[in-house]
Amino acid sequence: MTLGSVPPKFKVSIDRDQCMDCGRCIENCSYGVYRREGDKILIESRKCTACLRCVSMCPRDAINITEKPVDYRSHPVWTREAREDIINQARSGKIILSGMGNARDLPIIYDHLLLDACQVTNPSIDPLREPMELRTYIGKKPSKLKFKKTESGDVELDTKLAPNLKLNTPIMIGHMSFGAISLNSQLSMAKAVKEIGTFMGTGEGGLHKKLYPYQDNMIVQVASGRFGVNIDYLERGAAIEIKIGQGAKPGIGGHLPGEKVNEEVSKTRMIPLGSDAISPAPHHDIYSIEDLVQLIRSLKEATEWKKPVFVKIAAVHNVAPIAAGIARSSADAVVIDGFRGGTGAAPKVFRDHVGIPIEAAVASVDQKLREQGVRNEISIIASGGIRNSADLAKSIALGADAVYIGTAALISLGCRVCGNCYRNLCPWGIATQRPDLVSRLDPEAGAVQVSNLIRGWTLELSELMGAAGINSIESLRGNRDRLRGYMLDEGMLKILDVLPAGA
Amino acid sequence: MKTVRIDAKGMHYTPLNQKIRAAVADGAEEIILDNVLGQRFIGDGLRGNVRIIINGVPGGDLGMFMSGPTCIVNGNAEHAPGNTMDSGMLVIHGSAGDAVAHSMRGGKVFVKNNIGYRGGIHMKQYEVEVRPVLVVGGTAHSFLGEYMAGGLVLVLGIGKEKAMTDRGIGSGIHGGEIIIRGEVDDYLLGLGAKKFKFTEADLERIAPIIKTFCEQFGYDPAEFLDTNYTRIGPASSRPFASKYVWE
Repeated sequence: MTLGSVPPKFKVSIDRDQCMDCGRCIENCSYGVYRREGDKILIESRKCTACLRCVSMCPRDAINITEKPVDYRSHPVWTREAREDIINQARSGKIILSGMGNARDLPIIYDHLLLDACQVTNPSIDPLREPMELRTYIGKKPSKLKFKKTESGDVELDTKLAPNLKLNTPIMIGHMSFGAISLNSQLSMAKAVKEIGTFMGTGEGGLHKKLYPYQDNMIVQVASGRFGVNIDYLERGAAIEIKIGQGAKPGIGGHLPGEKVNEEVSKTRMIPLGSDAISPAPHHDIYSIEDLVQLIRSLKEATEWKKPVFVKIAAVHNVAPIAAGIARSSADAVVIDGFRGGTGAAPKVFRDHVGIPIEAAVASVDQKLREQGVRNEISIIASGGIRNSADLAKSIALGADAVYIGTAALISLGCRVCGNCYRNLCPWGIATQRPDLVSRLDPEAGAVQVSNLIRGWTLELSELMGAAGINSIESLRGNRDRLRGYMLDEGMLKILDVLPAGA
Repeated sequence: MKTVRIDAKGMHYTPLNQKIRAAVADGAEEIILDNVLGQRFIGDGLRGNVRIIINGVPGGDLGMFMSGPTCIVNGNAEHAPGNTMDSGMLVIHGSAGDAVAHSMRGGKVFVKNNIGYRGGIHMKQYEVEVRPVLVVGGTAHSFLGEYMAGGLVLVLGIGKEKAMTDRGIGSGIHGGEIIIRGEVDDYLLGLGAKKFKFTEADLERIAPIIKTFCEQFGYDPAEFLDTNYTRIGPASSRPFASKYVWE
């Protein structure tokens, strides 16, 4: 091969003075970086993904990993990445696949939004003393309520309410399928959401039997491949989500490689062992907004109108009118997945270049729905790159009802965002189906970590709200006056409907 | 046999389905729906062994997510009958629209005449015994069996010079088989689909299905029990395996 090899991505070294030769690095590394030869642990740096499993398991802190150990000649246009992608495609002639979310160094709007706090003229609220109302209902809200008097003189609600999901905190966990991630990961998250009183998505991978005890906190997904979808599945879910698009790869479908389809995955998805699970780009029964209405109603009709139906779309250029169409389609919530949303695998060019930021998408959708007087018809769930409680608070102030977290939840389970989810070798037992690796993740311990994360963010959200003199999540929702833009251009400020800092 | 008759004239699909569910819960073995005119979702998510006779033209998604019942349609059907169906049977004494048997995982759909575009698209199979089957008496439009992942699509082309004249048959197919009466021109095949010789063993395999189909519509099965078929299957069970390279 005239191209030769590209430099290794990482350089692994062991401080031999510190090393006690316990071999935990060899045991833990599923990528095969370490091996023992005689009385020495040898290192093959090229195999390293910087998942940091070895570092975190080394009892002596003896391992060091450095990124990009070999320099290319620096160049502002022909970056290392640009050059290596070309080399890869010159070799293969194929589409480059990548894992996790958008990896480009584009400005993050959240980081250019600042939250408000009370000083002097209005007192802040101490959440230790005052109740903070974080309870969130996802689903249609009536535009007005009608009451009637009963014979005994009591007042009764006459308006028929649409089914809603009741969340104790506006944080849910987004859809990551069994197949893409392990059962133990799903179990960890399921136990956590049940304990907290919130919800998680199944992804398009069916609902494993072991998750049945948590089904009242699970949102079942119907995507274009219809894997694992039958009437039993639909009836078990607390809500049903139609996945139209995904922030990491808007406009295209998904392929779960046959290697990941083991017996359990095959049973849960209801597909043959070892076969590729291909989700087409569109739902082939949805070629128009009218067809979407039909699918939503077919799901409602199948479950006797007892469950809210969500529609998930990727944040794309015309997201606001699309969401306005969805608001009129009988859907109860629209999930908007921004271009930083994660994935097990996506073509790199899609992951990095297609879609728009969630901040702009949520703001424009909320604005459009309010203009059209249909904001009460549908809840907005924001997802894709929500990293902390500040992102959460800002999303709600921009108009979201709640958020989905994905990568953040996986990080709470051990993920170090190495981005090799597609290789079935995840040493943290998350994005793998290999039994020895999956068993590294204890669902009981995992559940504690995930619920700790959600609890921590919830506490911070209460504090942020209290500081801003707000004691109810409803008063924060769409409250753009509590945001100021810092170093954002005028066009973006207009889209976000946010004043610049100082104004 | 306990029979319930429902007059669907002017009725919205939700109350209609509520009546059907109530009748099934009440132990009805046969439900006759009269004056059906465009009501969608008939039998949507319905379980059991009930037989539903539909007199008229049902709307879209007939028998969607259905698990068990049999629906006999005395008329045409709108689009996507048998959508994501699990088990049971649809018999349509007429033609049907687009996306017939879309994503169907089990059960049978028999259409006497023609179907629209994307018939049998993404049909899939999980276990051998629940193999989904779509049989079309007439012909089908483009993208028949596209993305198919399992099951059987059979097109008999009754009364046609050629059973299939539309393109894109089996594009992206990675499981299951499409069997078409007579010869199929090569240019009609989609990407990833491949023709195979139809053998005596194949005939033996599909003969019971041909017989059941003929029973429904009063055809003589002997006419169809020969090897004058083209069998189309996946060129590979992993059609996209060579499309990608990792970062």
